[in-house]
Amino acid sequence: MTDMSAQLVLDVQAMKKYFPIKKGFLQKTVGYVKAVDDVQFHIRPGETFGLVGESGCGKTTLGRCILRAIEPSSGSVLFRDREGRVRDVMQLEAGDLRAIRRDMQLIFQDPYSSLNPRMTVLNIIAEPLVCNGMLHGAELKERVAHLMELVGLNSRHLERYPHAFSGGQRQRIGIARALATEPKFIVCDEAVSALDVSVQAQIINLLQDLQEKLGLSYLFISHDLGVIQHISNRVGVMYVGKMVETATTQTLFASPQHPYTEALLSAKPVPDPRRKSNRIILSGEVANPANPPSGCYFHPRCPYAKDKCKTEAPGMRQVGDGHFAACHFAGELKLKGASGL
Amino acid sequence: MGRQEEVILEMKDVKVHFHLDEGVLKAVDGVDLRIKRGKTLGIVGESGCGKSVTSQALLRIVPKPGEVQGKILLYRGGKDGTDEPVDLVKLDPRGKQIRDIRGGEIAMIFQEPMKAFSPIHTIGNQIIEAILLHTTDDKEEAYRLGVNILQKVGMSNPEQRMGEYPHQLSGGMRQRAMIAMALSCNPSILIADEPTTALDVTVQAQVLQLINDLKEKSDTAVIFITHDLGVIAEMSDDVAVMYLGKVVEYTDVDTLFHAPKHPYTKALLNSIPSVSMEKKRLESIEGTVPFPMNLPQGCGFYSRCKHAVDGVCNAADVPLVEVAAGHHVRCLMVESERTEQEVEA
Amino acid sequence: MPEARFTEYKNSPPQTIRFVDPKTGFQLRPFVYGMSEKVDKETFRRTFAVRPEKKYEIRFFVKGEPYKMWGIIPMDVHLFGLSNPKDPLILMGTDKLGHDLFSRILYGARISLSFGLLGIVITLILGLVLGGISGYLGGISDTIIQRTIDLLICIPTIPLWMALSAALPRNWSAAQTYFGLIIVFSIIGWTGLARVVRGKILSLREEDFTMAARLAGASNFRIIRKHLLPSFASYIIVNVTLSIPGTILGETALSFIGIGLQPPVVSWGVLLQDAQNLETLAHHPWLLWPALFIILTVLMFNFLGDGLRDAADPYK
Repeated sequence: MTDMSAQLVLDVQAMKKYFPIKKGFLQKTVGYVKAVDDVQFHIRPGETFGLVGESGCGKTTLGRCILRAIEPSSGSVLFRDREGRVRDVMQLEAGDLRAIRRDMQLIFQDPYSSLNPRMTVLNIIAEPLVCNGMLHGAELKERVAHLMELVGLNSRHLERYPHAFSGGQRQRIGIARALATEPKFIVCDEAVSALDVSVQAQIINLLQDLQEKLGLSYLFISHDLGVIQHISNRVGVMYVGKMVETATTQTLFASPQHPYTEALLSAKPVPDPRRKSNRIILSGEVANPANPPSGCYFHPRCPYAKDKCKTEAPGMRQVGDGHFAACHFAGELKLKGASGL
Repeated sequence: MGRQEEVILEMKDVKVHFHLDEGVLKAVDGVDLRIKRGKTLGIVGESGCGKSVTSQALLRIVPKPGEVQGKILLYRGGKDGTDEPVDLVKLDPRGKQIRDIRGGEIAMIFQEPMKAFSPIHTIGNQIIEAILLHTTDDKEEAYRLGVNILQKVGMSNPEQRMGEYPHQLSGGMRQRAMIAMALSCNPSILIADEPTTALDVTVQAQVLQLINDLKEKSDTAVIFITHDLGVIAEMSDDVAVMYLGKVVEYTDVDTLFHAPKHPYTKALLNSIPSVSMEKKRLESIEGTVPFPMNLPQGCGFYSRCKHAVDGVCNAADVPLVEVAAGHHVRCLMVESERTEQEVEA
Repeated sequence: MPEARFTEYKNSPPQTIRFVDPKTGFQLRPFVYGMSEKVDKETFRRTFAVRPEKKYEIRFFVKGEPYKMWGIIPMDVHLFGLSNPKDPLILMGTDKLGHDLFSRILYGARISLSFGLLGIVITLILGLVLGGISGYLGGISDTIIQRTIDLLICIPTIPLWMALSAALPRNWSAAQTYFGLIIVFSIIGWTGLARVVRGKILSLREEDFTMAARLAGASNFRIIRKHLLPSFASYIIVNVTLSIPGTILGETALSFIGIGLQPPVVSWGVLLQDAQNLETLAHHPWLLWPALFIILTVLMFNFLGDGLRDAADPYK
């Protein structure tokens, strides 16, 4: 039993995941890729926390570490389960972990590889129920049919195989599977990135409807700022394994305090030809997490970098109500939000 | 602008059909487009709408058993001694003439730069080879041109990059190198097939800016293919929206984003969650894109369209009609609305 | 019967099956002519001359020597033969002791085919278990198994076969040698399959649906049984079908050079031992009949494997 503020579902503290780099015949560890480096954030009930960042920033690893689908190096994940008990997911034994995963689930990015092509939809959606011994026989079938209706699929298609469905429908199957054990918290890992725009909108609407109906909390991971802004209540921005800014969606998009956030907002192409803009174009590319630059990881690309940034790594500090940024000059810089473009 | 808009490529009723055991797959089914010098034509659509196959048809690299029909007229501006346009459809896809045009006149950049480069040759060697094929016979001259073009696409230390292998470059650099190779022979048309889809937003912004700069400097026509409406708005002068192998709306970029006519375009624009939009429920399009084989008569969007009228929209194939100057729409409802207005007036 | 001998007909060429009698014309019932041996006085070469006056009709379900069907049911009815079992019916010639080659090839098929099938069963078990452990558990067990495979693969196959089969005790009975050889083949043959299994498991373990199953609370055993095995079962079946001919050929090769199965056991390889020198081949070419059967069998297993692969691949 651990303490956590009563208003939280999930509280992630000092999460780290270092992958060892092994070299040579004897596989000696010569260094670490700091995929997730001392990240903390929390999620309130019924809230969507958006996690945004470019490829390789560690957002997917972070999402999987929370579920312990990947074993984190250190940190704690306090989670309130369905009975209202607060457990540290990191400390759980295999049996307890299995039990708590009924309350926290994952929706995958790729609707093709996340469904076993040799199982029927019935078996796929029923798997969590069968593995946890929750339902059997006719009851099980009825529940799966109900789940299919819930995500907008025809429940007569129970015996079909995944290849008979389109990408969007497959993603619905994945959502139904995640919902089977009635979880309270779902990690959506780029859940709409592989879909066409029109289908993407369907799935986003579905996720929002389900959130309202079932009181779900989401950790919504995406590289698409538009989607993040649309669906999230609060947003965290990651860069090379570190969280660089968290704030409510409105604050973050209106007045970002980290230069990287500003650059991200500015780089996103806007579907409006009249707003061809004076955008900020960063030089260079995302730093290599196996060999990050000194000081602030963002300094080689940052247009506002000063000498201090090259040597000293900034920590997260509060710059406003519920607004945190990891920049030495947060609050001092005049940065443009999405509307200022 | 003052300068007359010069059409350098014209597609007339281009069709690409794949004859499969299961039936005829109409990947591209009657596309009319015009590409103008120094302008960017954006082609946008969801996966499977035929936008990539259209570009393959231009280079005659449609995979078997695809068959290209119609007319693709390339105005070479006297390069081969006549002012008569060349019909690319009539050329032998393996012949000398089309190979000259490929890379020389029309160049292409792809989504995945690793696929465009051979992993066992240096970037320099591959660029030089392309230059030797089309521009000059002198190896030293080719090397100099190669270094030049790498510098032009913004690569640091171009001389050193010439000796590097593709895997040594980062994603954005690879994309730049591929653009360099495509531009090495001063093509008059550059086809960019989802060139930034695999890139991060901040790098995508760099590459988009590069393509725009190069276009303005060398007066190249660009065909920009993507599914991302944001990128289209950023890059294009004219836009063609494709659905099920057909162009459903074809107009200039401002009209498309601010006064779209076709229900599909409208729905598409409303379904993107965008940074600048206030929060509201996304408008989604019901159902999914049908498989382009054995399609029923009538409008391809019929089954998903909110404004569809039974007996009208699904009766016969819908023609692409010019509803205003330079604004083409393939929708009967839009057309009838217009005629009503005319009658009232 | 493999040991039955036509003592009058040593090294006899095959008889021709005839339907047309010069005297009575065409008849539906096939028959053969008798033969008599002649020795050339100058060369001492033995030849057989057809004697059309001795005509033997071939009948179905004739009574002959008693035997046991499947080794259990005593019977004396043969599928086809001559009404008098002492009369010669030599469809593919005889060897130097007068054994009928056709009967011996049929009996040899039992040994050669069962050798291939049994061998592959043991190979399959070894390959699945060791490859599965190696791929799913990883770590030290993976390293040990992989290094063992490397070691086995880097020794050339035929010398290794020879060494191992030479190590089988000479005084073993025919059945013991038979199983001993099967084990020798399996010990060498599992490596390829184990690598395939390991590779497949490694790639499937990374698939999202395996992680989804783990998050759904599935146990390791359930993941292997429900998700991993079905995904590569078809692949394994094809792989196994295609490697049966290899085992059959291996047995044939060993028996051919005399260190595999020994007479009086009859296998196709043992039969081919008689065809080893050029002289016998020149005079008695029918001794090569077993080779044709080997080729046909190998081809058929290959075609079967190809067919299964096409049928099993849903993503073609």
